[in-house]
Amino acid sequence: MKIALFATCIVDAMYPSVARATVQILERLGHEVVFPAGQACCGQMHTNSGYFDAARKVAENHVHAFEAVEYDVAVAPSGSCVASVRHQHRMLAERAGDTDLAERADAVGATTYELTQLLVDVLGVTNAAEQLGSYFPHTITYHPSCHGMRLLRLGDRQLDLLKTVGGIDVVELPDADQCCGFGGTFSMKNSQVSTAMLEDKAASIRSTGASLCSGGDASCLMHIGGGLSRAGDAAGTLHLAEILASTIDSPAPAPAATDTTTGATR
Amino acid sequence: MSTTFMGMPAVRDTAGHGNLHASEPFPQAATRELGNAQLRSNLRHATHTIRDKRLKVVGELDDWEALRDAGAATKNAAMANLPALLEEFEKNFTARGGVVHWARDAEEANRIVTDLVRQTGSDEVVKVKSMATQEIGLNEHLESEGIAAFETDLAELIVQLGEDKPSHILVPAIHKNRTEVKDIFLRQMPQVDPDLTDNPPELAMAARAHLRKKFLSAQVAISGANFALADTGTLGVVESEGNGRMCLTLPDTLITVMGIEKVLPTAQDLEVFMQLLPRSSTGERMNPYTSVWTGVTEGDGPKNMHIVLIDNGRTNALADQYGRTALNCIRCSACMNVCPVYERTGGHAYGSTYPGPIGAILSPLMTGIEAEDNGSLPYASSLCGACYDACPVKINIPDILVHLRGEDVAAQHQQRKLPSEMDLLMKGAEIALSSGKVLNLMEKALPVGRLAAGRQKKIKKLPGKLAGAWTSSRDIPAPPAQSFRDWWKKEGRG
Amino acid sequence: MSAPEKSQGAVSAREEIFGRIRSALADAPPVPDVPREYRRTSTLGPDELMDLLTDRLIDYKARVDVVPSAEVPATVAARLSAAASCVVPDGLDDAWLADLGDGVRCYRDSREAPLSVEELDAIDAVVTSSAVSVAESGTIILDGSRAQGRRAISLVPDHHVCVVPASTIVQLLPEALPRLDVTSPQTWISGPSATSDIELERVEGVHGPRVLDVVIVTDA
Repeated sequence: MKIALFATCIVDAMYPSVARATVQILERLGHEVVFPAGQACCGQMHTNSGYFDAARKVAENHVHAFEAVEYDVAVAPSGSCVASVRHQHRMLAERAGDTDLAERADAVGATTYELTQLLVDVLGVTNAAEQLGSYFPHTITYHPSCHGMRLLRLGDRQLDLLKTVGGIDVVELPDADQCCGFGGTFSMKNSQVSTAMLEDKAASIRSTGASLCSGGDASCLMHIGGGLSRAGDAAGTLHLAEILASTIDSPAPAPAATDTTTGATR
Repeated sequence: MSTTFMGMPAVRDTAGHGNLHASEPFPQAATRELGNAQLRSNLRHATHTIRDKRLKVVGELDDWEALRDAGAATKNAAMANLPALLEEFEKNFTARGGVVHWARDAEEANRIVTDLVRQTGSDEVVKVKSMATQEIGLNEHLESEGIAAFETDLAELIVQLGEDKPSHILVPAIHKNRTEVKDIFLRQMPQVDPDLTDNPPELAMAARAHLRKKFLSAQVAISGANFALADTGTLGVVESEGNGRMCLTLPDTLITVMGIEKVLPTAQDLEVFMQLLPRSSTGERMNPYTSVWTGVTEGDGPKNMHIVLIDNGRTNALADQYGRTALNCIRCSACMNVCPVYERTGGHAYGSTYPGPIGAILSPLMTGIEAEDNGSLPYASSLCGACYDACPVKINIPDILVHLRGEDVAAQHQQRKLPSEMDLLMKGAEIALSSGKVLNLMEKALPVGRLAAGRQKKIKKLPGKLAGAWTSSRDIPAPPAQSFRDWWKKEGRG
Repeated sequence: MSAPEKSQGAVSAREEIFGRIRSALADAPPVPDVPREYRRTSTLGPDELMDLLTDRLIDYKARVDVVPSAEVPATVAARLSAAASCVVPDGLDDAWLADLGDGVRCYRDSREAPLSVEELDAIDAVVTSSAVSVAESGTIILDGSRAQGRRAISLVPDHHVCVVPASTIVQLLPEALPRLDVTSPQTWISGPSATSDIELERVEGVHGPRVLDVVIVTDA
């Protein structure tokens, strides 16, 4: 299968190791990965901040970029960006009276999947250790990001896949379904409320004793990781793509040494 | 459309008035409320209790989603048919001996109610908890006209005696714990047992004793209504304590104040809403008491029956094609009970009678986004979506929040000459993120950020109000040495 | 266009509100059909219905007796053993009161000859029948007919003994409502009066009757 990678802006610029891990996983399954060079961002930040004109331009770029390349399905290591592509692009186009863009956006959205959605629903991956050779001998916990959970209805796909990684110990996160408080520009405009939510999420993570918290959205993980780091916590965050890509021969960094920049330098 | 800024925001004729406004920006109010540790602890306990109850009783029904679908469709149909339904309701209510009054806004509604009370010769009224009368500020108005209004719902009584403001639409005193309630009763109830403890049953008994005489002697009652049935002219009130039944049954005169959006097409609709409402609100299979009445019944209940149908901004909300489903709200409060923002700030931070996620959309929809600080309300959400999942009539609150943010940005741009910090941030991001090429160029600067992060590989402080707000409590990791797209290219892959 | 002055009264509030609504709906939003895929018919037999109703009533702190009609008088009398007085609607089945001792003074009430609120307040208990009961939610519906009486009598006295014939029990709310005339003055009762206003904890007994006794009659 020819799979177009939608890296997402935050992963492209801040967490390239997550995109590389995504490529590794898909290639390990024998698929061809292409990277539409014109891509930049889904426009979610603009949309959710009320800047619809700007958001439409960003979304239009996304649609153009993916129309320019031939592929069977597109994938992003982010539930929230996929939700934006699937649910917001049409709205942005319709508001501008651009029905042509609305239909093209729908077409791109219909073949765009969140990583575990693609792995489980399309590629039939149910056991990461057996099918991907995933190995990560550490104790982790898992935060299901809101948009994956409520907009994409990912259910337990992410958690179930993580549990099948070789050597892993996944401990349940109390109040896992509670938002971490990121919410894009919400964390700036209503920084104090966001911080109160973040503190509770950090406390939940701490209570598990896990050395890191994984999830499927780099933005939420940056938020949670930023809070843990500021609080001087030993625990960090790591995107699930990196855990799924980790093998005995090519391990992801051990949790204690987990540093959000490691991926880029190794 | 005028482009001249006259110093006053343009408020439409149809805008709602009364207690529908944030009087200061939400972030400011929220920060203050966050500082109240007792409040946060009370709210956490209460919201978690009610969430668990709701989940349990909703889980008992395997047709919950079908009920939600029916509820949402019924409300959408009712809103689309509103003129016909209101006419039908008016005709049937009148035929059964009731009198219908119409009020364009809060002021007019207050005046009508005052006149009706005056005509009875009474200078006091008993009240059933009602959001509509909170919204129009009826109690304050009656007081200014020399009419005493006695709230009879326990929580409203706590709020009234505590000279406080409601902070939740179902449990207005949710911000108070039992000890605080006891202290209010000891201070404000003349006949109360001085040895009163903070045991809830004892507190409820104190309220019973306090209100009993009032109920038995009141001549006029004022209520809201949970629903009105167009095809029969029937009204319904859902409650728990029996204070509603007292008010709706014993006095000679009953004045009901109701928003025009509460009308349902047919009696059959009750079978849907009376399953959705109690389970979503108090987390009970059914609330202890529901009263259903149709005009005057000879020999049973009030002899004089009035209803005041209020607009007060509802038509403003109805005119917004992206926001009008907010009027489908049945005031269950499930959205605020599951909201992580409400859980931490409480209801007072929202200013309006309607707090929480529904309030963050309903208030600006009713008043217009430009009114006072209501433009700050749609941002009071991380867009986590818990409210949408909990809503029994499937109001897509997150989408309407986003829509209203767009309205706010547009309104701000009309009023302002210089771009705000957010405008600049968004413009920069738009340029960077509208093209892979430009983003690639910008990413060439990543090593600079890496340098700035220093040996700790963390950025601990960013300049500016917005970015600085982020780094007030969160580190940012040092950027990578190269972006993914740069790596991809250097690998020779594309 | 300028809004008419309110004080002039040229355009009534009613007319103006209707005008606003029509203009708000100028885009003619669609009127969807209402899907009624929710449960509307019972899957339970008579015994299961009684069991479910009993379970739900007890859960909300009502006391429940399940008896054949022959035992109703004794059950009502037992439940009223602590009462010195009771009120009954004038259409109540007299047989149900046959075992009441001389110690209980019984008052009749009707729309034509109602007791005053003060009189009701001095009475300890009330006995009524009921129109329909919904097992799934533990809800008993009174519709103001002659065996159930005026709304005030089941409200002011502190103790309500309510008789529920088994034949009036249904499982679901959608089964109950077609059995009722919606324009009759209805009171739906689900347990004794209660409040959740203090810390969201349910406390039974506020302004309505603090004690609710339900007598389910198996063969009626």
